[in-house]
Amino acid sequence: MRRNWWKILCVLLLLYTFIGGFLVKLPYETAYLTSNLYETMRNFFFHVPMWFGQMILLFVSLVYAVINLSKNTIESDIKAQAFAQTGTIFGALGLLTGSIWAKHTWGSWWNNDPKQLGVAIAMMIYLAYFILRSAVTDIDKRARISAVYNVFAFFIYIPLIMILPRMVESLHPGGQGSEGNPGLSGSSLDPSLRVIFWPAVLGWTLLGTWITTLWIRIRKIEEKSY
Amino acid sequence: MKHILTLIRKDFLLEIRQQYSLYGVLLYVVSTIFVLKMAIDQPEEKVWNGLYWMIQIFICVNAVAKSFLQESNGRMYYFYTIAGPRHFIIAKLIFNILLMMTMSSVSLLLFFVLFGLPIESPFIFWGIALIGGASLSLVFTFLAAIAARAQQNAALMAIMGFPLIIPQLQLLMRISNIAFSDIIQSGLSTLIALLIGFNLLILALAVILFPFLWKD
Repeated sequence: MRRNWWKILCVLLLLYTFIGGFLVKLPYETAYLTSNLYETMRNFFFHVPMWFGQMILLFVSLVYAVINLSKNTIESDIKAQAFAQTGTIFGALGLLTGSIWAKHTWGSWWNNDPKQLGVAIAMMIYLAYFILRSAVTDIDKRARISAVYNVFAFFIYIPLIMILPRMVESLHPGGQGSEGNPGLSGSSLDPSLRVIFWPAVLGWTLLGTWITTLWIRIRKIEEKSY
Repeated sequence: MKHILTLIRKDFLLEIRQQYSLYGVLLYVVSTIFVLKMAIDQPEEKVWNGLYWMIQIFICVNAVAKSFLQESNGRMYYFYTIAGPRHFIIAKLIFNILLMMTMSSVSLLLFFVLFGLPIESPFIFWGIALIGGASLSLVFTFLAAIAARAQQNAALMAIMGFPLIIPQLQLLMRISNIAFSDIIQSGLSTLIALLIGFNLLILALAVILFPFLWKD
């Protein structure tokens, strides 16, 4: 029970996210007067945390890749792979939630927004990681080569999604002009949303970690059965 | 430093003596651009620019892929005895940068001859092409090392490389779009600084990470 406190916290935070996220009173000015967001603004508690969670999970994957390079254990390889896997799924969910939202606010599922294109390409970087892994049969060699690729890819991935999309105009709320993190720039994020947003980020990330621990356990059992 | 120069010299000698590889890539460049000429007679400026960089990517995959794939296991044992991993990767990077700069210049010349000169300042564009060729070869050289270690061919290199090259490619496209316009746009120096910073990052990553790919 004591070791599982964070799973309970995860469930509680996500319950809070769903209840609060659907019931909170939206700031009238930013949701209705100055934008066409209306009730779709609530997607902010589900779409944006996916990207936060994805980046955190991929960062953890990077950490395990570095550990793998210095210590060379199979365990760290399994962990690096599992975190990358969940990170990629979070990315896919981020694209999906964004796409549903875009249908209602921008008018179509896919809009060729620079940020949409950027993350779609970014997903391919990690899909290539899994293809690289499946291409190498020797376990030790696979661990080392994929760790090298993981580190290399992460340092290109971050500028790809963090710096470049900010240099061009975007349809995302708060994405006009060269500055502004979508949805998080000071003026567009109301304090009442912040109270739900940050717990939501933590809750979704914990859920991702939970899923990852399950992947890791399955992989370990598979390794033993050989 | 001496090691690096020797390794670069060895690559040059190999290129000159095994002429099929160098001329093979050159022929690839020429035939691709001629096919392009047949397919689209006179592209607009934007298409010109996009096609040029897309072709550079494919040339780069072909030119750089062999740099590691050609080194057989037996030859690697020889390298282990005479040089360290850092020397080896730096030599490969320098050689491939020079190779790719040559190929970029050749294809730029062919583009000028076949598709005309939509540019006000061809020499500025040549400079961009040189930086671009160097940027592309940095990324693909390192990926060639990974693909060779995984005992895979150029296809895996392309799968890994095309998404990873996007940041540099995007910057290059924007920089070269500026070269196409008559008026000098602001922000050119920022973009070039960003591109050079990016290349330094990849250089650092390659030098740090390559020792892990050096031996089995």
